Amino acid sequence: MDQGGVVVPEKEIIVRMEGIVKRFPGVLANDQVNFTLRKQEIHALLGENGAGKSTLMNILAGMYQPDAGTITIHGKPVAFHSPRQAIDAGIGMVHQHFMLVPSQTVTENILLGLEKPRFFLHLQEYDRVVSDLGDRFGLRVDPRAKVWQLSVGEQQRVEILKMLYRGAEVLVMDEPTAVLAPQEIDGLFNTLRAMVAEGKSIIFISHKLQEVMSIADEVTVLRRGKVTASGVKPGQSSRAELARLMVGREVLFRLDKKHVELGKNVLTVENVHAENDKGFPALKGVSLHVREGEVVGLAGVAGNGQRELAEVITGMRKATQGKVYAQGQDITNQSVRNSIRQGIAHVPEDRTHVGTAPNLSVTDNVIMKTYNQAPICQGWILNTVAAERYANELKEAYDIIVPSIQTPVRLLSGGNLQRVILAREISSKPNLMVAMQPTRGLDVGAIEGVHRLLLAQRETGAAILLVSEELEELLSLSDRIYVIYEGQIMGEVADGDIEKIGLMMTGTRLDQIAVQGEASNG
Amino acid sequence: MAETVKPVQTQKRLFPFTVKVEQRLTDVPKWLPPVISLGAVVVALLIGAIILALAGGDPLRAYGHIAKASFGSLGVFSDTIVKATPLILVGLACSIAFSMRLWNIGAEGQFFMGAFAASAIVLIPVLPAEAPRWQFILLMILAGMVGGALWGFIPGFLKARFNVNEIISTLMMNYIAVAWNNYFIFAVWTEGGFQMSRMFPRNAWLPRLADYAKEVTIFRGLTTHGGLIIALIAAAVVWFILYPSQWGYEIRLIGDNPRAARYAGINIAKHTVLVMMVSGALAGLAGMSEISGVVHRLQGAISPGYGFTGIIVAWLAKLNPIAVVIVSILFGALILAGREIQPSGVPKMIQGIILVCLIASDFLTRYRIRLVRAVEA
Repeated sequence: MDQGGVVVPEKEIIVRMEGIVKRFPGVLANDQVNFTLRKQEIHALLGENGAGKSTLMNILAGMYQPDAGTITIHGKPVAFHSPRQAIDAGIGMVHQHFMLVPSQTVTENILLGLEKPRFFLHLQEYDRVVSDLGDRFGLRVDPRAKVWQLSVGEQQRVEILKMLYRGAEVLVMDEPTAVLAPQEIDGLFNTLRAMVAEGKSIIFISHKLQEVMSIADEVTVLRRGKVTASGVKPGQSSRAELARLMVGREVLFRLDKKHVELGKNVLTVENVHAENDKGFPALKGVSLHVREGEVVGLAGVAGNGQRELAEVITGMRKATQGKVYAQGQDITNQSVRNSIRQGIAHVPEDRTHVGTAPNLSVTDNVIMKTYNQAPICQGWILNTVAAERYANELKEAYDIIVPSIQTPVRLLSGGNLQRVILAREISSKPNLMVAMQPTRGLDVGAIEGVHRLLLAQRETGAAILLVSEELEELLSLSDRIYVIYEGQIMGEVADGDIEKIGLMMTGTRLDQIAVQGEASNG
Repeated sequence: MAETVKPVQTQKRLFPFTVKVEQRLTDVPKWLPPVISLGAVVVALLIGAIILALAGGDPLRAYGHIAKASFGSLGVFSDTIVKATPLILVGLACSIAFSMRLWNIGAEGQFFMGAFAASAIVLIPVLPAEAPRWQFILLMILAGMVGGALWGFIPGFLKARFNVNEIISTLMMNYIAVAWNNYFIFAVWTEGGFQMSRMFPRNAWLPRLADYAKEVTIFRGLTTHGGLIIALIAAAVVWFILYPSQWGYEIRLIGDNPRAARYAGINIAKHTVLVMMVSGALAGLAGMSEISGVVHRLQGAISPGYGFTGIIVAWLAKLNPIAVVIVSILFGALILAGREIQPSGVPKMIQGIILVCLIASDFLTRYRIRLVRAVEA
């Protein structure tokens, strides 16, 4: 896609990184990486988790110093020792996790840490500057709003404005779409294009092929710290080819989903209300059901009640109203232990803080839900021999890569940790599995493994409620998809209509969509 | 630019090495933690020696004196064991609570309540003065445990029910326990206006080695009493709870990650109360053992801060009940030596330095320190 009429055969090179090497204990994060950014280009840095994308960009933005290699900006060699030096040279990075002060206004956040204005904040004046800047780049946001009042998408705009205000010429965006709803992603992409038209250059870190294909002018692919491809033009390259460059082998995008006869209802949720940790209503009358042999997806932007719903079903949170039935039995507000006995498995969203005990061994972690049952439990005593045998069995069956089953799980990679959790949950032969974000943060290979495990569960006749923010994952695994928004189910789709899902994720009810559709057709 | 920087760097570098701290990414070998702990104690003794030397003392003589005063003969070793006995029990009390990350700072108060409850058996009196010894001892043991357990139950319940910070509540309850005790020794059980109760009858005393001097002559004058056996049995029981038992697994799981424990279906509130009660019962047992084995009456000065030293003992022992026994004997020696050495603050200082070094040394099990040759050019 051309950027207006500014395309000249050779665009000016702004950033050139050559032979960048960065070592972390035990890992070579960047190995002789070369990277070139041209003016007015959206350059995607594609790679799996842990491929070294963020490391490379943190080096460019002055957060890390490289062990070897040179960086030149506009042909001049530079060595940044702090993010401030980088921003002075025109490099600004928008991190995945925003660094904003929630109780302050947009303008205050943008001015924070700057030398000017000193002593007296002429805020009205700066409010105007901020809103002018926003208008210029299509980053509409109320300068006087407090940050906590803003949506995630708006907060991201504030972060971008912060960098633009500081005179960034090159914007590094670290996985900017991870936190956004589909419609917000479109908005972001328009903003990025507007910024390029205004003369900025953008580096876009992502592991999402689809986004890279639709936004980038040029792609550099990293794998295990090395560049596997550079100068790739998305138009001239297929998704499958990029995926291969990224993971080093062909990835199956279409999973073979066998036909499974649906059985009776395993889970029925009726008009459930519940509060979040702060005591505010998080679920406002949620009803859904999952049948034997069915994967039911729950789509929604994070924080719309998904976690609370999973916790109500698994007994970790009290419902203030409504009923939950498992195989026809009322299990509303039962204890977690009962829910485990009922055969309800739970893959929690937070692997390290909920799903595992980091300093305990693999063995101790896999027996977490079966330690009080024979053969591991014998009277008051824990049979360590039986526990270790069990752990070794799971290690083999689920390909958990660890030096030994005595290793504390904090030393495991994300993918291996998730395999520990899945091994534990699946081996309990559940009839219902509530899986929350089972592939978040995993690399493509590990994601595929998790997907296969889930589908294998479905084939054994288990019911699966899959909560995910990855639409692609939901679409490829689910038989039906519910969409949740602010604690309410907006509707249900069985045909995988992504536009409908997107609209529901941002708060339009399915019946309203139907009405609007008719109106626009007529 | 690079050329101008170079000479500055070589000037700055005083040593040809830079120190790099790296997180350990693999499991440490089993022998490493004990070796590091031992190293920390050695470093602590060296630091102590430097301070002693700076203060004008002779560190070697001081350490020699400490060793002689506590291990020099069978008699003093027996006294060391007497000092170690309450430390073992209190150390165990802290170990079991700390294993669940329950910061029971109230062992001192639980110790006093155990001593009080055990005394009550004699002083109310629950048993007639001529009751057989086994009845007295058994009842006093039970009373001591109940007294301590009750004092542990209160902060445990408050924590489980209202999420009251147990550090604050247990700490504050120490003062209440001491005041409670004072009320009884000043007003209720006072012996002719003195701030102490009357002496217990002999059949309420834990048997001492010296009592058997007629049969075994070398026991003559040895003060080691039956509390040691109670302490060793308690160590075995706590070891069993913490390691092979199902309950120990639950305690470790809660200690490492309460949210994961809840997710595994474990009732954390129940275990909080139970563990606090067991912890309190062990500290109460220490109080009973001290009252019945050493002091033989209820009075104010029954503890030189055993409850607090127990915290240090538990940490030094890395919460391992067997190690608690060994560390307690070493600390018993330091307490005993405190009476011999002038000024008596020296052993306390050494205790403090050992604790700080030990806690700091834990860093080495998680991180490793490497010397990296500074790269020229």
